[in-house]
Amino acid sequence: MEETKFTPQTWPNHAEQATAEGKNKFVGIWIFICSDIVLFASVFATYLSLRNQGPAGMEFSTQSLFELPLAFVMTMLLLTSSLTSVYAMYHMKNYNAKGVITWMAITVLLGLGFLGLEIYEFRHYVHIGFGYTQSAFSSAFFTLVGTHGLHVIIGLVWITCLIFRNAKRGLSLYNAPKFYAASIYWHFIDVVWVFIFTVVYLMGVLG
Amino acid sequence: MGHHNEVQAKSQAQYEYDRHHNAVHMKKQVVNFAIMIFLTFLAFAVVVADFSPYLIKPFILLLAGIQVVLQLYSFMHMDDKNGHHIGVISTYVWSGAMIIFPVFLAFVTIIWW
Repeated sequence: MEETKFTPQTWPNHAEQATAEGKNKFVGIWIFICSDIVLFASVFATYLSLRNQGPAGMEFSTQSLFELPLAFVMTMLLLTSSLTSVYAMYHMKNYNAKGVITWMAITVLLGLGFLGLEIYEFRHYVHIGFGYTQSAFSSAFFTLVGTHGLHVIIGLVWITCLIFRNAKRGLSLYNAPKFYAASIYWHFIDVVWVFIFTVVYLMGVLG
Repeated sequence: MGHHNEVQAKSQAQYEYDRHHNAVHMKKQVVNFAIMIFLTFLAFAVVVADFSPYLIKPFILLLAGIQVVLQLYSFMHMDDKNGHHIGVISTYVWSGAMIIFPVFLAFVTIIWW
C-alpha cells in the first residue's frame, strides 16, 4: 500500500479525520461510548439499589470497607493518565511521532499503576471474606468496579498494541485515527471513574 | 486511503501560526487539568472535613458533573466545531444521557428495598 510521506509542513490540521476511514472511526468511537454509557448506567443503578444489602447481620458496609487514601491515589493516577494522552494528541498535531509514542507509553504506565492498586484492593476484600458471592452488595460492587477495571485492561492492551505496531512506522493518515480513537476511549474510562470515586467511594464513606 | 494523495504544504506563516495555536491549546488543556485536580481534591476534602452528608452529597455530585462536562468538552474535543458530524454526536450524547437518566432514577427509587 502506497502511503504519502508527510512533513510537519504538509501534515493536515485534522489528520485523524482527513480520510473517510478516519471520519468513520471518529463517529464510530462516539457511538460505542454512548452505548457504553448505557451499560455503566445500568451497573451504577444496580449498585445503588443493592449497596449495603446482604444477609442479616452482615459485617461489611461501605463505611467499614472503603479507604479514601487508596481511592484518592487511584483517582490521581487515572486523571494524570488522561492528561498524558492529551499530550500524545498534541504531539500528533505537530507531526511528532516520537512524542506520540512516548506520551502514550507514559499513559500505559500510569494505567498499569491504577490497575495494580485496583487488583490489590480487590485481593484485600476477598482476603477479609468480602468475595463476589458474599452478598448482593459485594456482587454489585465487584460488577460495577470490575466492569470499569475490565475497560482499563482493554484500553491498556489496545494502546500497548498501537505503540508496538506503530513504534517505527511514523505518523500517517492511516494510524492517526487509531491513536485518536484510543485516546478518546481512554478519556471515557476516566469519565466513568469520576462517577465511581464520587458515588461508590466518597458517598460510601459518608454512609 | 490512496485517494487522499493531494498533499498541500502550508506556508511558513501558516505553519508557525498553527504550531503556536497548538501550543496555546495545550496550555489551556493543562489549565483544565489543574481545574479537574482541584475539583477532585475539593470533593475528597469536604468528605474528610465531615460536614452534614445532606450538604456534601449534592455538592460532590455537582463537582463530578462539572468535571465530566469539562472532560467531554476539553479532553474529548466535543468543543471542536470541525469534528466530523460533531453536532450529531453531541445530540446523541445528550439525548442518550436524558433518556438513561429516568431509567436510572426508576432503578434507584422503585427497586430500593
